[in-house]
Amino acid sequence: MDKKILFVEDEPNLQKAISEVLVQEGYKVLKAADGEEGLKVAQTEKPHLILLDLILPKKDGFEVLKELKADEKTKDIPVVVLTNLEGIGDVEKALSLGATTYLVKANYELEDVLKTVKSQLKE
Amino acid sequence: MDLKTLFKKLDFMAECRKYGLGFWQCPNSLFLMMGVIIIVAMVLTYFIGIRLVDPEVVIATVCIVTIVLLVIGHSLVNSFARVAEANRMKSEFVSIVSHQLRTPLSALKWSLDLLRSKRLGEINQKQKEYLDIINESGIKMIKLVNDLLNVNRIEEGRFTIVPKLFSLSTVIEEMVNELKLMAQAQHIELVFKNHPKGSDIYADEEKIRMVIQNLVDNAIKYSKKEGGKVEITLNKEKDKFIKVSVKDNGLGIPAMVQKQVFGKFFRGDNLVKQKVEGTGLGLFIAKGIVRISGGEMNFDSKEGIGSDFWFTLPVPSKKLIKNSEQKP
Repeated sequence: MDKKILFVEDEPNLQKAISEVLVQEGYKVLKAADGEEGLKVAQTEKPHLILLDLILPKKDGFEVLKELKADEKTKDIPVVVLTNLEGIGDVEKALSLGATTYLVKANYELEDVLKTVKSQLKE
Repeated sequence: MDLKTLFKKLDFMAECRKYGLGFWQCPNSLFLMMGVIIIVAMVLTYFIGIRLVDPEVVIATVCIVTIVLLVIGHSLVNSFARVAEANRMKSEFVSIVSHQLRTPLSALKWSLDLLRSKRLGEINQKQKEYLDIINESGIKMIKLVNDLLNVNRIEEGRFTIVPKLFSLSTVIEEMVNELKLMAQAQHIELVFKNHPKGSDIYADEEKIRMVIQNLVDNAIKYSKKEGGKVEITLNKEKDKFIKVSVKDNGLGIPAMVQKQVFGKFFRGDNLVKQKVEGTGLGLFIAKGIVRISGGEMNFDSKEGIGSDFWFTLPVPSKKLIKNSEQKP
């Protein structure tokens, strides 16, 4: 069975390149462009992994993270935060809310993101 | 000093024009006016004093002068606030622009990674060459944006560090091993002189690594093309500070520009001539990090002989070492 990955990201150009690679690697990619949609898809589709941006329309990533972890159905899905926010406060907040890994977009190559996804799904 | 620079110095409004402040908003002009009023008032009081012996007149004059001075003082305080506000808005602008730049830059970088990984199909040699050029420029832009954001954080006192106990020797050893081959390829000898008696410090490991990396990169950049030598030394100063010094036998910094080295966007003349890469923000950020960590950074340099850049970091107290050993 193909593993499902939910990618919550409001910038289509960023979403495209990563989705392309993930699909090539044999994953099924679900996309959401804002926080509310992301939560809805997470609850109905129960993906194996969530890639989450923090600055999102409607509901920001911190809020999404909080609600994901509060819901029985979604609380065990690993969440990789993929953002350009990098204040110490932001990193700590996201990790304390239950994010598994924190990646700053500008500092990582596409292959690094793929590596993180793979290692998360192996466990 | 020629006449032109003399006139420039006399132009007291120059600073204020930079911030877009008018005569009545500029601290410099207000101070000048205050001085003039005080002198005129003193002269007037003198003349009034010898002609009229009426104490009421003298008191009234003093009162009027005081009120005028108070009003000017008030606008002086306001003008300082305005200068601070102008400066704040400027850094906020840089911060917003840098943040906004990161999203498109990430999209650019990832799309390029995708093309270069050949996942979308083969690319020929010529295409690869040009993709590599775009990629290199992209990385440079990301570095510049990251540097600008760091400069901004340092200037606004928002640069946060997460200190922990770690061995400085180990960090430097790792770095020397990484850079050795690269240095050898440029015929530069990279040496590390360790200090035998421990080098544990309490600081932000990642940020201190950035500082040392910056100094060593600079030393290699400036080094002689043949027979270059970069020497990293670790020393203890009176058991209170650990001193790291990075010495090269390269171009050296001319005495005339030595004062500007730690300024923003400083790039040595000889650097520009030799087309050495860099944003000119590295040393500003490095010094900022060292200061926040409780140390100092400076350098000695002689043109044609070489430079010795060093920084200090406080030795952690025994209590601190013990505490962090208890909770690993």
